[in-house]
Amino acid sequence: MMTRIVRTAAGVLFPFVLIFGFYIVAHGHLTPGGGFQGGAVIATGIVLLVAAFGAGEIGRRIGPGALKGSEALGLLLFIGTAALAFGFGGTFFANWLANGGAIFGNVVPFGPNPGDLNTGGVIPLMNLAVGIEVLGALSVIVLLMFKGVREETE
Amino acid sequence: MNGIARTLTILVLAGALLYTAFSLSFGAPAASDMDDYFIQHGQEQTGANNIVTAVVFDFRGFDTLGEATVLFTAVLGVGLLFRKFSAEEDE
Repeated sequence: MMTRIVRTAAGVLFPFVLIFGFYIVAHGHLTPGGGFQGGAVIATGIVLLVAAFGAGEIGRRIGPGALKGSEALGLLLFIGTAALAFGFGGTFFANWLANGGAIFGNVVPFGPNPGDLNTGGVIPLMNLAVGIEVLGALSVIVLLMFKGVREETE
Repeated sequence: MNGIARTLTILVLAGALLYTAFSLSFGAPAASDMDDYFIQHGQEQTGANNIVTAVVFDFRGFDTLGEATVLFTAVLGVGLLFRKFSAEEDE
């Protein structure tokens, strides 16, 4: 538990860190970044909360169980998205949504272009899955280790 | 005497390593067929402007699957090491 100034600043900054992380995840197929990087940014926001409010308080609010669940859910979504290609006549990890004209299926012109969020096929879905996994994994690692350190010192 | 020997060893080692580092050629790969293929066909095949993400999540998806599994295993290991504290949380 830090001072009131740090706690207030962390509370103000946390939504912006969260939005920035989700922006990096959602625009992974257009701009530098992706699931891993965006998930790491979101996990950094949770680490900011842990540093400001203490691991005990944040652990009670969020809980390692929920973060572990989001990690397992992310990995399952990732494998599920990859395996979904079997149902559409493709191989494992085949990008069956790309250039299909439907969701995430717009055709991209060659060369530099402004970018269209509705492109990329299954890549945005996999970015989202990996982002969910990485934010859960990194947060739960920091939370459990912080708790262990706190228990030893007290 | 000892100091002189130490300095000489460091100088010789640094010289050898720096010579090796500067004699390497960066930025001019001998075989660039793979890079050219990704740059020429990545956008039309995957529909993603970010070629790095296209490679990571489409062309080499199995690599990313391994990475995700490694991360999952790392969390399993941390949870095992600190299981005392996670068990207290469940109670």
